[in-house]
Amino acid sequence: MAQNKTQDNRAWLGVLPVMLIVAFSGVIPLMTVVNYSVQDILDFNTRFFVGFEWYRETLTDPRFIDAFLRQLGFSAAVLAIEIPLGIVIARGMPTQGLRASLLLVLLATPLLIPWNVVGTIWQIYARSDIGLLGVTLNEMGFAFNYTAEPLHAWLTLLAMDIWHWTSLVALLAFAGLTSVPAACYQAAELDGASKWQVFRHVELPRLKGVLVIAVLLRLMDSFMIYTEPFVLTGGGPGNTTTFLSQYLATMAVGQFDLGPAAAFSVIYFLFILLFSWLFYASVMRSEEGS
Amino acid sequence: MSRRSRLSRWVLAGYCVYLILPLYWLLTLALRSNADIAGVFELVPSNPTLANFAEILTNPVWYQGFVNSISYVLLNTLISVSVALPAAYVFSRYRFLGDRQLFFWLLTNRMAPPAVFLLPFFQLYSSIGLFDTPLAVALAHCLFTVPLSVWILEGFMSGVPTEIDDMARIDGHSFWFFFTRIFLPINRSAIGVTVFFCFMFSWVELLLARTLTGSEAKPIVVVMTRTVSASGMDWGVLAAAGVFTVLPGILVVWFVRQHLVKGFALGRV
Repeated sequence: MAQNKTQDNRAWLGVLPVMLIVAFSGVIPLMTVVNYSVQDILDFNTRFFVGFEWYRETLTDPRFIDAFLRQLGFSAAVLAIEIPLGIVIARGMPTQGLRASLLLVLLATPLLIPWNVVGTIWQIYARSDIGLLGVTLNEMGFAFNYTAEPLHAWLTLLAMDIWHWTSLVALLAFAGLTSVPAACYQAAELDGASKWQVFRHVELPRLKGVLVIAVLLRLMDSFMIYTEPFVLTGGGPGNTTTFLSQYLATMAVGQFDLGPAAAFSVIYFLFILLFSWLFYASVMRSEEGS
Repeated sequence: MSRRSRLSRWVLAGYCVYLILPLYWLLTLALRSNADIAGVFELVPSNPTLANFAEILTNPVWYQGFVNSISYVLLNTLISVSVALPAAYVFSRYRFLGDRQLFFWLLTNRMAPPAVFLLPFFQLYSSIGLFDTPLAVALAHCLFTVPLSVWILEGFMSGVPTEIDDMARIDGHSFWFFFTRIFLPINRSAIGVTVFFCFMFSWVELLLARTLTGSEAKPIVVVMTRTVSASGMDWGVLAAAGVFTVLPGILVVWFVRQHLVKGFALGRV
């Protein structure tokens, strides 16, 4: 939004349809959640106002804290692997020709597979009875079984997430790299810069914008992960792979604890709001800088 | 090009193998009968069969699931793009009361965890009689795809110089003519990228689609989860259904691959 723009409040007419549709599918439900979060609902006719009771309960619930910590650990691991890997992959991409097109399509494919199918694909790939990965590992002498061993379940989930989402980072970084002028590479070559120096001083500064976006998107999306672990591990073994969304879905739909689930939702939403603000601020800053 | 170092090319090649192996495994299981899958472990199917695919194409529960999914994805894409176009245009051209706040508020919806909306969505769409229709799922997905569309389109449209607007006005064209005949064609690739991301969000989502549908509008992804629990594990048919859900994505990517890099370069995803 950097251009010189005219002031005109009639522009509201243009955004009205968007406002209406988002208000309908966003604001009304969110208000319902806030409303539930301060009430004790016994059935749909008997309800009491309980103030911040559910919030206090949620924030001190050991299962919520455990799920939250697991979530943080998972998101941190995902970022630590996917961001560097994505950059390296992007640097290996050819820029023209049929091979470049085919690689783009291959990389983008996991992004367009329904999330539960991603879970199913990894389920049939990692199972120790019929899966290519599971059977191979067991043949090699590892007693691999992700349904019984928490560590194996975690590693499988991470492997799946890397499979599913590294492409997003790679495509963003690749798009960023295409904006580096060839002259910069030639200048670096004349100066006798090493490969690492070229990356560090020529490429990385120009990638900063897209990388900030990649980090924040991966952070937020991994923070909301639900479907893939639901299909692959079902949150198990035990609760060892139950993340925030899954815990929330169990509360809301499984046990129908409306009040606590709503309080949980509001807290969850506030976290995401914080991330969004960081995201928005950094995109706007990088656009104004360029 | 100097940036393609040997290391990064090897990593890319390795990653491609890593990407393909699970997909290959999905395909081989889809080509084998259930007894065969449970009986022997083999890398290349020795008795390939198309029975699993035939089951999906002939059983109404399965193919109806596809029709349902496609209809809410198309409906969603249509609604999202058509309401987002005017909004993105005014965001990119005008300053108005509360524009920045509104833009940020829209964006927060794109980030909202679907799980938060699970309960109210169910009640909202039940109370207005839309429960179990493709329209309900399409509208629910609009919560994410409309802000995303505005976000992407605004990024592209801001890059189009305002002189074009002025010139059209001087030439005596009406606004409607300018918008549909001049401005939209310029932003073709922006619309392509937007369609890609709307499709991506709506096609892959399970949680809301499952919550908002019963037996009538059940999407393919839900058919997949329910069949697993009902009739034990029918791995072959499940894998075949998986193959079918992967194909539309590949098709869409192939058509927008040229514009995709441009969209990603703006960072608007």
